[in-house]
Order: sequence, then structure tokens, then C-alpha cells
Amino acid sequence: MGKTFAEKALGRAAGYDVVANQVVTVEPDWCMSHDNGAPIARTFKKIGVKNVWKPERIVFILDHAVPAPSSDHAVNHKEVREFAAEQGIKHLYDVTSDGGVCHQKMCEEGFALPGLIMVGSDSHTCTYGAYGAFSTGIGRSEMAAAWATGKIWFKVPESMKVVVTGKFKPGVSAKDFILKFIGDVKADGADYMSVEFHGEGIENMSIAERMTLCNMGIEFGAKNAVCKPDQKVLDAIKDNAKCDRWEPLWADEDAVYAAEYHYDLGDIEPGVAKPHKVDNYGPISEVKGTKIHEAFLGSCTNGRIEDLRAAAAILKGKRVAVRTIVIPASWIVYRQAMKEGLLDIFLDSGCVICNPGCGPCMGNHEGILAPGETAISTANRNFKGRMGDKDSFIYLASPMMVAASAIKGEISDPREAL
Amino acid sequence: MSEILKGRAWVFGDDVDTDLIYHNKYLAETDPKNMPQYAFEYYPGKENFAKEVKPGDFVVAGKNFGCGSSREHAVYCLEYAGIPVVLAETCSRIYYRNAINNGYPVLFVKGLSDAIKAGKIKDGDQLEVELSTGTIKDVTSGHEFHGDAVSDLENDIMKAGGLMEYLKAQAAAKK
Repeated sequence: MGKTFAEKALGRAAGYDVVANQVVTVEPDWCMSHDNGAPIARTFKKIGVKNVWKPERIVFILDHAVPAPSSDHAVNHKEVREFAAEQGIKHLYDVTSDGGVCHQKMCEEGFALPGLIMVGSDSHTCTYGAYGAFSTGIGRSEMAAAWATGKIWFKVPESMKVVVTGKFKPGVSAKDFILKFIGDVKADGADYMSVEFHGEGIENMSIAERMTLCNMGIEFGAKNAVCKPDQKVLDAIKDNAKCDRWEPLWADEDAVYAAEYHYDLGDIEPGVAKPHKVDNYGPISEVKGTKIHEAFLGSCTNGRIEDLRAAAAILKGKRVAVRTIVIPASWIVYRQAMKEGLLDIFLDSGCVICNPGCGPCMGNHEGILAPGETAISTANRNFKGRMGDKDSFIYLASPMMVAASAIKGEISDPREAL
Repeated sequence: MSEILKGRAWVFGDDVDTDLIYHNKYLAETDPKNMPQYAFEYYPGKENFAKEVKPGDFVVAGKNFGCGSSREHAVYCLEYAGIPVVLAETCSRIYYRNAINNGYPVLFVKGLSDAIKAGKIKDGDQLEVELSTGTIKDVTSGHEFHGDAVSDLENDIMKAGGLMEYLKAQAAAKK
């Protein structure tokens, strides 16, 4: 009987053969925390262990509220810096032009690598599966414990196989596919499971598109989500891998799955997640014409250069009808967008460009909604009140749909704006 | 632990996300004792939860309770409100780990989502819950439900009082 990706990755880390539902204790290759590194550090100090197990395995990336919009946030940042200095933690991405959204940085800086066990104190840590890593989000107490002991327990998950064939039609993207998929399997569709994306449809995707898919894994309950680490991934990590512990792993042909789904990307049309649940899918035909007050282009889901290019192609020469906030996912992305002239296109069309970070995604700053307002956003969650007031509304969509909608001031079909 | 817990039910639906349990607006709060005042503030119809909840009451929910963010506030705000256990058909993976790691029990109860939809268990019903057997009696409606027991490893962490106490005990044993 063949093995799934999760069985191989956790077995490799445990040092022996494992099967689904077995409990293993492993050493994480990386432990990532963002601004919440501060409360984790406070918890760590209560354990009674003086030093973290391996300072070189811990990564801090400040992104949730940068530069600090309040004194509380500033205190968190200060405590992260102090803890990093006192523990000798060198991987600190502070509020500088080296920074960006944590999941984007983990990928572009070469931490996300095939076969590694990666944990982060953020639920969207599952993003690194785009590079073939076994990566998953954990809570703060658990992260403090991992720093202290260098160990974390996992139940080897059962796996879900999603086989994807075909190609997107113009105006349709990975975000449309994953929103449709979540609408089909629902928010608990893969609870506790490892989700593997297979097939030529995935092979044809860029790493950026695969990151969008894996990032949204948590929105249907996945423990981790992963794509095969192919030549595109090997090329991307060739010059900047942060360690040599990695190894490309993939499921065997005859591995056993708890669930299997098949999709043809040619069948996917533009769609959204309607308020207030990510699995509340609606095709464009159902929501077209819905009035919006804000458009947000950014986040760990869709703030990459590929996303900015797709939106800029639609915004070029047009004027936005509502406030439109553009936040590149990192300063590397920002600079690239500047070189390509994309920032000029955004400014010419009336968009506001903010510094890389999470921005308004979880309601911290830079685009909070007033009561009764509606936003269309490229981010990953539309929970009630997530971007501000509890009587505000969020539609999740692709960068192309967000751009097309910004121009008209209502939810619009990107295929008509190409 | 054959003690029978008695209290009122606060009943919720499926996919109760972490923003509904504990909104991101209050994430800067780090003292668990201050968290119950914000519990379920964003849940339609349960805005009065924080004011009216009494220690010993139960949170009863359908599938996928605690989906979304990794915030432990969503566990603390119920634990420190005196809710002895969350009864749910299923809960999200991170929520479950956070609960176990804080020594806080979640009882998985098959069929609870449908029972809630069918009105077999309602807000304000008097419940009797026996953690050791997973038996839940709704005294008001007369219905009975059965939850799953937790695994050995999870039980060990919970018995120690949570991951921190478990680790401290292990560290002390080494010295």
C-alpha cells in the first residue's frame, strides 16, 4: 500500500514509517510567529526554561499591524525585538523594507522548502504547501512549548486528493477555483485532513497560484494543503534555500485517501464568497451589480506580483469609482511592481497604495469598514465584522474581479473588463 | 471523574468562526480573565451572552466550531466565563488543539448539528453532562446524546491541566 504526502513527510521527520491516525512527535524545521511573538514570549517565560531550543529555527515577521497603529501594537513589536535579541534569534523581519506579510516572506526568503515540517502561530501557515512543505498553524501556547522543547505532536492526518485538470478561461483564476471548491466541500470539508492538489491543472499553475490554493486550505478545515514540488519549485529555491534539510516528497500512486474530488479548470467561472462565510459561494451571475464601498487588493492570499499584474491590466487607463486599497504582499513585490510601472497604473486610476503588511484584512487598520458598508476583497476571510464594523459586509474574490468591480463601484464580471 | 455537571445550554449553529466567538477587535487583550466580556459579541442573537452567562452553563454547537483563526482567546473567553465544557458535533483542528493545550475539554457529540436544527436541544434547556462517559441529558426536552471520549495523549495533557503544566511537570522530573 502506497503512502500519502503526510505519511511520508511526518514519517521522515519522526525517523520511522508511519500511517494515518498514528500519533508522532517531531522536531519542527521552522517555527514562524508574527506580531503575536510577544504574547508567546510572555508564555514561554512562564515555562521555566531559560533558552529556546534552537534560535536559528525561529522566525519572526512583523506584519499584522505595521508600522504600529496603536501603542498596544507598538508594545508587541518592542517585545518581539527584545526577545529576539535576548535569545539570539537572527531571523527577524522588522518594520523595514526587508519585510512583508509573513507567509509571503517565508516563501520568498527560502524558508518554505519541500518536505520540511513547518509550524506557525497563524492559521494561514498552510500556504507553504505550495513549495511541498508540511506546514500548519498552531496556537500560542503550543508555539511557546515548541520553542522550549523543540518538539510538537501530530496525529498523522488522513488525506484528501483533489485532482485538477484543464486550464482556466480568460478572466478566471486560482481564487475562483478555490472559492468554488470551498463552496462545494463546505467549511469543514477537510477538517483534520491533509489536502493534496494533483494533476496537470496544478502543474500548469505558477507557484503564486498554488500559494493561493494552499493558503485557503484552512478555510475548509485542512490541517495542511500541498502541491507536488516540481521543477518550478526547485528552480525557485535553487539560490535562496535557507537550509539543506529539504527533500522533495510526494504521494505514491497507490496511496489511500479518505476523499477524492475531480475538477476541470475549464468549467470554473468567476465567483465570490458572499458574507459572512467563506463557503457561501456565489457565481458572478448571482452577485453582479451588488454595490460596494471599498475594494481591497492584497493579503497573503492574493498580494503577489502576479495578482497585481492581473489587476493592473484591468485598471489601466480607467478610474476607480470607490476607494481602492492596494497592498503588495512584501517590499520585494512592491519594488517589482514599481519597476514594472504597475504602481503608476494604480495611482493613475485613483487607488491608494499602502505599505506591505496585512492591512485591513483582519480589521487592524488601513481600510476599516463603517456600518452598512460593503467591501470586495482578495483576502481569505469574510467573517462577520472581520474588516471592521459588525454591520459591514465582505465579498471575497479574485484580483481581476476586485479590479473590475472597483471601476464600476459594484460587483462586476472581470471577463467583460479584459 | 463520574461527577455530573448541571447547567443551562447556550445553543449555536454550524461553522461558528473565531471572530464570532471572540472578535479580532479585542486581540490586543492578553489577560484571559478579561476575555469573557467579549465572548460572542458578534454572534447574532447572542450579544447578551457575556452579560447573562453563568458559571456552569454549557456552550452547545453544531459542526466545525471554532473555524478560522488560531487565536486562543476563543478558548479562554469561554473557559474563564466558567463554561465547564464545549459540546459540539465537531470542532476545527486548531481550536481543538488550543483547548486541549489549555486543559479545556471539548466533547464531540454525533448528531448534535441535526438535533440543534430539529429543536431537540434549545437555548436555556437544563443539561446534565457526565464527562467520564460522554453522556448528555437534556432534562428540559428529554433527549439524550452521547459524546466521544478523548484519546490517551490528549487526556494526559488535559489531566496535567494543559500543555504548560504538562511541560513544567516534565521539566521538574528531569531535574
